Amino acid sequence: MKLDSKIPSGPLKDKWDKHRFDMKLVNPANKRKYHVIVVGSGLAGASAAASMSELGYNVSCFAYQDSPRRAHSIAAQGGINAAKNYRNDGDSIHRLFYDTVKGGDFRAREANVYRLAQVSNNIIDQCVGQGVPFGREYGGLLANRSFGGAQVSRTFYARGQTGQQLLLGAYQALEKEIAKGGVKMYNRHEMLELVVVNGVARGIITRDMVTGAVEAHVADAVVLGTGGYGNVFYLSTNAKGCNVTATYRAYKKGAAFANPCYTQIHPTCIPVAGEHQSKLTLMSESLRNDGRVWVPKRKEDCGKKPSEIAEADRDYYLERKYPSYGNLSPRDISSRAAKEACDDGRGVGPGGRGVYLDFADAISRLGAPEISDRYGNLFDMYQRITDENPYEVPMRIYPAVHYTMGGLWVDYNLETTIPGLHCIGEANFSDHGANRLGASALMQGLADGYFVLPYTIGHYLASNKFEKVTTDHPEFQAALASVQTRTTRLLGIKGKRTVDSFHRELGKILWEKCGMARNATGLKQALQEIPSLREEFWKDVTVPGSGDSFNQSLEKAGRVADFMEFAELMVTDALHREESCGGHFREEYQEAGEAKRNDEQYAYVAAWEYAGDGQAPVLNKEPLEFESVHLATRSYK
Amino acid sequence: MSGTMNITLKVWRQSGPSAPGAFETYKAPGISPDMSFLEMLDIVNERLIEGGKDPIAFDHDCREGICGMCGLVINGAAHGPSKLTTTCQLHMRSFKDGDSITIEPWRAKAFPVIKDLVVDRAPLDRIIQAGGFISVATGGPQDANALPVGKPEAEQSMDAAACIGCGACVAACPNASVSLFTAAKISHLGLLPQGQPERYRRALKMVAQMDLEGFGGCTLFGECMAACPKGISIDFIKRMNGDYIWGSVTEAPVKVTLGGG
Ligand SMILES: Cc1cc2nc3c(=O)[nH]c(=O)nc-3n(C[C@H](O)[C@H](O)[C@H](O)COP(=O)(O)OP(=O)(O)OC[C@H]3O[C@@H](n4cnc5c(N)ncnc54)[C@H](O)[C@@H]3O)c2cc1C
Ligand code: SF4
Ligand code: FES
Repeated sequence: MKLDSKIPSGPLKDKWDKHRFDMKLVNPANKRKYHVIVVGSGLAGASAAASMSELGYNVSCFAYQDSPRRAHSIAAQGGINAAKNYRNDGDSIHRLFYDTVKGGDFRAREANVYRLAQVSNNIIDQCVGQGVPFGREYGGLLANRSFGGAQVSRTFYARGQTGQQLLLGAYQALEKEIAKGGVKMYNRHEMLELVVVNGVARGIITRDMVTGAVEAHVADAVVLGTGGYGNVFYLSTNAKGCNVTATYRAYKKGAAFANPCYTQIHPTCIPVAGEHQSKLTLMSESLRNDGRVWVPKRKEDCGKKPSEIAEADRDYYLERKYPSYGNLSPRDISSRAAKEACDDGRGVGPGGRGVYLDFADAISRLGAPEISDRYGNLFDMYQRITDENPYEVPMRIYPAVHYTMGGLWVDYNLETTIPGLHCIGEANFSDHGANRLGASALMQGLADGYFVLPYTIGHYLASNKFEKVTTDHPEFQAALASVQTRTTRLLGIKGKRTVDSFHRELGKILWEKCGMARNATGLKQALQEIPSLREEFWKDVTVPGSGDSFNQSLEKAGRVADFMEFAELMVTDALHREESCGGHFREEYQEAGEAKRNDEQYAYVAAWEYAGDGQAPVLNKEPLEFESVHLATRSYK
Repeated sequence: MSGTMNITLKVWRQSGPSAPGAFETYKAPGISPDMSFLEMLDIVNERLIEGGKDPIAFDHDCREGICGMCGLVINGAAHGPSKLTTTCQLHMRSFKDGDSITIEPWRAKAFPVIKDLVVDRAPLDRIIQAGGFISVATGGPQDANALPVGKPEAEQSMDAAACIGCGACVAACPNASVSLFTAAKISHLGLLPQGQPERYRRALKMVAQMDLEGFGGCTLFGECMAACPKGISIDFIKRMNGDYIWGSVTEAPVKVTLGGG
């Protein structure tokens, strides 16, 4: 496989402009003749589908929820970054670019990140135009806050519901286009297969989740905006339905999967309460602007009420270890520090897996009403879940799986290694390298969907000739048959264990061996355990009901079956990367407790190529060249 | 965290849209008060599946009160007994050991049952399609700060924009009216300067669409607001009515259709 990143020549800051000029345009009169499939209606999918329809393309959009507005982007709380420099605090496109590359631990592609920073400003304009009710100052101008890992205030927000409001903006644009007839929306449809004809992506196979009908859809180009795969861990901050199926199926059809081991563990989530736990809830890290993180200095104090622990007996460990960033240290660093404190026996709450996030100082400085103004809905949510009042007792938090930086490999045009298959949003391996900075996923999803893909897809369509293909084509028929066979197989096992019980067990293996800290021994064990669990799954899972009706167990079974295979790829990637970078912390590679990167050997994107079931995947490398930033050790001390 | 509870569930089971439905009773022993309501249902379902039975179908996704996918009528109340709380955020500590809990789907003519507790809420999307947007195309808008918006208007707009589209207002309303949902969107956009050019036409179209979809009329009972997990205020309905009346005077008549997109 040849990886051609198609990065335009010329100076970094002129590349996107130049590329936009060099790309071919589709004649406006012909746009309607092109059919583009977009899978996903999150920030990435909805913005792309709406924008392409506005341009005149004929778009079909698919989502597994009952409305496009429910995509998991809706859950993002904290905010979205842009290089507006409205605060005059020294921000610029270059600084946002630099922070993102550095935050990603120098494992992202410079040219893409620069473009992201460039279009970030257009996103805010676009959203305001759509009526997104961002937070404002009394003068009527937009408010900003600073967000995990940034020393400038560049984050725009809408209370604690930024993702919701941005998604509603994109959703409304999408509904506007649906009403006009430019987009045909398929809700409650799950993509189960990609169809590749003569090496080119030409369609998908879906299952109508209401009727069970398995259907083929032909298109001239396919776009996946299907979100992240954090649910491979079972417990994560993702919605229950988030899955890897679309991207994994594409991988099995020839799309390289890049950096699957890069997963982000978010430092501020509500800790696990018990075995019944079905998902984890994030507490926006904007809370770290005013909350102070601590654990008792002494193990003996862990059982005490926090109010009984004297100031001198508290260890504000982030402030101690990272004085210049303190409680705002990047996610990976904050998460690992919490784990260390708990591993050291100083964790608080059930099972000793928790640290305090304390607002006492902020409340006495700013008053409870101001704190409620800033975080009221988060405090309410916390109280609803834990039955504790964070205005009175410190919150308990613990890291949880949150975001996946890995995803389908894409070139500068957001095209995968399968011609015609594009990938946007969290589903691609994206611009965040080995670690994503807070408030930059929303930015990336909307950058891809509003401002990058609508251009690059035109170039793809204008540069290629498309043979007429119908669903009768053997590739479509074969894909339909394979979906049906798989469904029949899943329903026919009739074993003893539920899908969830397998999913939980898989999640445990990954959390322990491929989670916040990894080592070769554990990873090798995981590579033994996963295939045997998978084998057991295919022997002993029980999926009630039938294929031709509404069947949530069947939906889950299909997703977990893909997670079972994908998990192995993830662990393989983690084992091969013998360095620590960003969210990938290999215990063998550290220096004085801090992650140790190995730029000489690992400054590349690992793009894995499917080689057949039971075959080891093939590793392809895209070397990362840094022309504008100087590779440095990330220090937040 | 103290002890577990034994609960009895009476659950509406219905195999498809045209099948007759009925309540079935299930025992749910060993329920922890720290579980969410849906985690309790997960456990009941795990046991049903292990016993070779068909699990209870219910909608959910984010499980953190924001996607609007979940929604059950619990003991007669849409989203259950806790104020400002979606079904997924309801916890079992709201119930007592030995309680019997009745669970039903949203009941409204415009929301046909798909299976058990899952209903079809497509009309909500069609109401948005009728005009719940600002007609700007990608790339058009000017610099975001070129258009100041007073903080009070922005805040009020955000209060309305907080609607999660769950449909509890419809389920709670004795007339199955969708006014609160529609009014929330009309107000979110109509309170902002960006939303002014289409303000009255938007109100006309969205109201016409909700009438066409078979929702009932609004008599300002206020049950919707009591059930709404996001505390959307009934004042927005008054605002919508005002916009609608002004629109009927100033705007050309509108035409809407069923089942677009
Ligand atoms: C709790 C939480 C808080 C966050 N907070 C922030 C924040 O403050 N700032 C920030 O920048 N980022 C934040 N993030 C990250 C950010 O929200 C996500 O990365 C981003 O929204 C992903 O958008 P997306 O469009 O790529 O995917 P999603 O929004 O996840 O959308 C995926 C879409 O794909 C569809 N889909 C998936 N699989 C299939 C399939 N097989 N068939 C058909 N359809 C399918 C789904 O229906 C959905 O429409 C947060 C994430 C979480 C979980
Ligand atoms: S108004 Fe309230 S109850 Fe009605 S859909 Fe919106 S959030 Fe749900
Ligand atoms: S599951 Fe998303 S709001 Fe309840």
